[in-house]
Amino acid sequence: MLVSVASGKGGTGKTTVAANLAWAASKQEPVTFLDCDVEEPDSHFYLKPDWSGEEDVCLPVPVVDASRCDGCGACAEFCRYNALAAIKGDVLVFQDLCHGCGGCALACPLKCITYTDRRIGIVREGARGGVHLYQGLLDIGEPVAVPVLKRVREKQADSGLTLVDCPPGTGCPFVNSIRGSDYCLLVTEPSPFGRHDLDLAHRAALELGVPHGVLINRSSNNDAIIDDYCEEEGLQVFDRIPFSRDLAEAFSRGEMRTETDETWFWRFLKILEEVRKACLLSSPS
Amino acid sequence: MPAQLTILSGKGGTGKTTVTASFLNLAGGAVAADCDVDAPNLHLLLDPTLVSREPFEGAMVARIDLEKCSKCVLCEESCPFGAIKDLVVDPFSCEGCGVCELLCLDGAARLVPEITGEVFVSETRFGPLAHALLRPGGEASGKLVTRVKEVASSLAGERGLDLNLVDGSPGIGCPVIASVAGSDLILVVTEPTLSGLWGLERIHGVARHFGVKMAVCINKGDINPEIAEQVRHYCSESKLQVLGEVPFDEEVNQATMNGEVLVERYDGPASKALKSLWEETMALLESTKTKT
Repeated sequence: MLVSVASGKGGTGKTTVAANLAWAASKQEPVTFLDCDVEEPDSHFYLKPDWSGEEDVCLPVPVVDASRCDGCGACAEFCRYNALAAIKGDVLVFQDLCHGCGGCALACPLKCITYTDRRIGIVREGARGGVHLYQGLLDIGEPVAVPVLKRVREKQADSGLTLVDCPPGTGCPFVNSIRGSDYCLLVTEPSPFGRHDLDLAHRAALELGVPHGVLINRSSNNDAIIDDYCEEEGLQVFDRIPFSRDLAEAFSRGEMRTETDETWFWRFLKILEEVRKACLLSSPS
Repeated sequence: MPAQLTILSGKGGTGKTTVTASFLNLAGGAVAADCDVDAPNLHLLLDPTLVSREPFEGAMVARIDLEKCSKCVLCEESCPFGAIKDLVVDPFSCEGCGVCELLCLDGAARLVPEITGEVFVSETRFGPLAHALLRPGGEASGKLVTRVKEVASSLAGERGLDLNLVDGSPGIGCPVIASVAGSDLILVVTEPTLSGLWGLERIHGVARHFGVKMAVCINKGDINPEIAEQVRHYCSESKLQVLGEVPFDEEVNQATMNGEVLVERYDGPASKALKSLWEETMALLESTKTKT
């Protein structure tokens, strides 16, 4: 089963929820944890893995053979990303704008463009207990996160549970993280911000056809702002994690409550069971 | 050109929007740009009146005209993003590169402009607001951020306002880089958590990479004094000024729940700290501008 944990708004507690789910589940089955928040990955603070390896994520970028190039500019004219510019018979390459589509080499009449790999990030791998973690890390200054998180997604296990920790927002990194999930858990908080961004994430998930439900974090005595919305939209609320300074402090230290407290362990396991049920109900029969 | 102050955080949910909204109140005349285009929140605190909206064509997407298509499937085989299956283009995967258009022998595959979002101008009690909304999975969030900033700049010009307050998005990628461009000062709102500190280090890397001056505000420092000390230590080692520390204060939650601007309605510890942060930030922005 592939479960993604997402939220439109940043900082609602996605990673805390995903890590605790992973830890609880790992006592029952092998768990693969895919940290797709490659701009700000922080799952390692909770899961505390022993790192065992890493690989580079590269994009092919064009190299123009200046000795053969006649400066016709066909490559620059083709490139939709403005990664090439032909100026006075010279071709300049702006590597960080390149999406690596390979079209410039096809467009070049003299066939004088080849490609070289340029690193834009890494995927590192580690494990602790029964959780196997893959974490993408976008290099500083690189704008394009999607190829890194796609590489992380490729690490999905064939068996057991795979959990995807998604980036915030609803843009291409978010979409590429939740696509193909059996279920998506949307973590929100009872505030106008939480509701607004839940609405965006809910609509995006609908458009992608990913079944989804809600978990309320920092729950107060009154979660009506989220409850009302979920009722209107027919969204299941799986649990509500209370707002407390104690939990905020534990979180700040990277502590997983499922690791230190039996009550929380069973609580997260129950959330997962409920998700499993919801997932079965929503899958086309 | 108005001065551009950009509020960022690296990690999400540290309080960027709360700070931006209070700054708008204290500025008494600034233009606001909500550059968190895929989860914009600033408008929720400002009770805006929509003045105008424009569609945003940020990207191209491939279309295949099946009437012209001879079903050679060359496009499917050569799409670098695997976006074409059974001659149907998946708009979420297509990056609009045009390889299919280049190779198609039938003239059936073509790139067409795609509307990936909308840009809005609104009026608020603090001044004009430029904001936007990206379609889910929309390409070119960076270009949309740039457009919002252009709109904000021209609003500042029309109204003779000399400050552009930019509320940025979490992360360090495309939309953040677009909001960093042209900033006179970046104020990073961080929190004393391990991931907050890591986010601070990464966003500092981005600021250095693009050569933009950056300063720091520590939010809820008292939640974890030990990590707050690590944040201060990191800042002093890296010659980053900490312009203010906002204590944990129940009033902040209350204001957020009610959709209120903190400094406008409250006068507790957090509100006082934000007012002092504003003074310090303006002083630094002033000195940064005179230097350049």
